[in-house]
Amino acid sequence: MSGDDRSGAAVRISPYPDGPLIVRGDVVITGPDGEDIVPTRRTVALCRCGISAIKPFCDGTHKLMNFRTEAPAED
Amino acid sequence: MTDTGTHTPSARLHARGSLSDSLLHILEGHPDAVEPLTTWHDAVDDALARATDLITDEDIQFTLFVLYTLHTGGLTDPDGIWEWNGDLLAGRARLEAAFERQLRATVPVPDLPRGERAAVAATLFELTQPSPGPSLARFLAKKATLDQAREFLIQRSVYTLREADPHSWAIPRLHGRSKVALVEIQSDEYGAGRADRQHAAIFARTVEGAGLDATYGAYLDDIPAVTFASLNLMSMFGLNRRLRGAIAGHLAAFEMTSSIPNRSYADGFRRLGFGDDVTEYFDEHVEADAVHEQIAAHDLAGALAEDEPALLADILFGASACLMVDELMADHIRESWEAGRSSLRTR
Ligand code: FES
Repeated sequence: MSGDDRSGAAVRISPYPDGPLIVRGDVVITGPDGEDIVPTRRTVALCRCGISAIKPFCDGTHKLMNFRTEAPAED
Repeated sequence: MTDTGTHTPSARLHARGSLSDSLLHILEGHPDAVEPLTTWHDAVDDALARATDLITDEDIQFTLFVLYTLHTGGLTDPDGIWEWNGDLLAGRARLEAAFERQLRATVPVPDLPRGERAAVAATLFELTQPSPGPSLARFLAKKATLDQAREFLIQRSVYTLREADPHSWAIPRLHGRSKVALVEIQSDEYGAGRADRQHAAIFARTVEGAGLDATYGAYLDDIPAVTFASLNLMSMFGLNRRLRGAIAGHLAAFEMTSSIPNRSYADGFRRLGFGDDVTEYFDEHVEADAVHEQIAAHDLAGALAEDEPALLADILFGASACLMVDELMADHIRESWEAGRSSLRTR
């Protein structure tokens, strides 16, 4: 979204540092029970810290547990 | 569906002092029929000379609020004849300058990061980290009475029945990827093509579900200055192109402090026995704002800092101003309740 997108891909998944995967495009997610989860918005955030209360979506709780996706920079 | 924003308010507007009195009188007339509005300029002079703290100044904040509604409609001036009146705009600019001066002098701004997308986003996340300690959200989740929960909706109504509008002023004032990011967020706020999914419309259903009136302006006389200050801050940042960095930072901080409190608000309303019709608004925001905060921090504020490096300081100023003013509002409400009082304006 924030750069040029000439790839023609229908769906783009962008990892955001220390946070969720942002998914743009038409997707249907299959839940653990095999049921379809149809997102109600065009852009969704998928939890990758594991503690969201509304999985598979992110609810911002990753910030409470200091979730890190990168190793801390060495300086 | 409740159509917010187009109803005529049931109550007339009531002045809170000589400044708002002057404005409301002027708005009853016609711009062509009057001389230069000297009484108005004098009233602005007097109000500014008298003011000590603009954020809690009932007369000034209410006046600013009414002035901004001239651009959005629904309260006064049904034909829109006053919107671009030079005298009113000049008076507004002087009130805004004083408001901004106070904010610049009091808002704590963090050390500036490098003007790179990731560094700016990281600084914003640090600035908006959830804090332990007493909070309005926890009070609402655990202790608020039914009356207090309704009061909370009344306090929220001046902004939320028009949710997202003040930030939309920034759309044509930004260019390139920061504009794209802002529109991505705002489109979701406005229901992404579905009228019933507009956040303002979902909030109107919450207000009605709680037994309140969702007509815009129905409770204006109950709204204290600090609540108007929170909204006026956004309108000022959004409507002044030179403050486009501040409105971007404001939206980032606003979104970044939303998901977690909204879960508590939803819990509070469920605890009080309300159903999905009332909690939907808050539940929706847990999910929506977890998306928006990422876009706002990285793609809006972070990208803007890279594209217009001169705006970096204002991005952080806008974020910090949002946090400071919204905390003043939240503290006012919580402290009133803890003292056994109403947080609404005493008349
Ligand atoms: S990534 Fe946000 S709650 Fe898990």
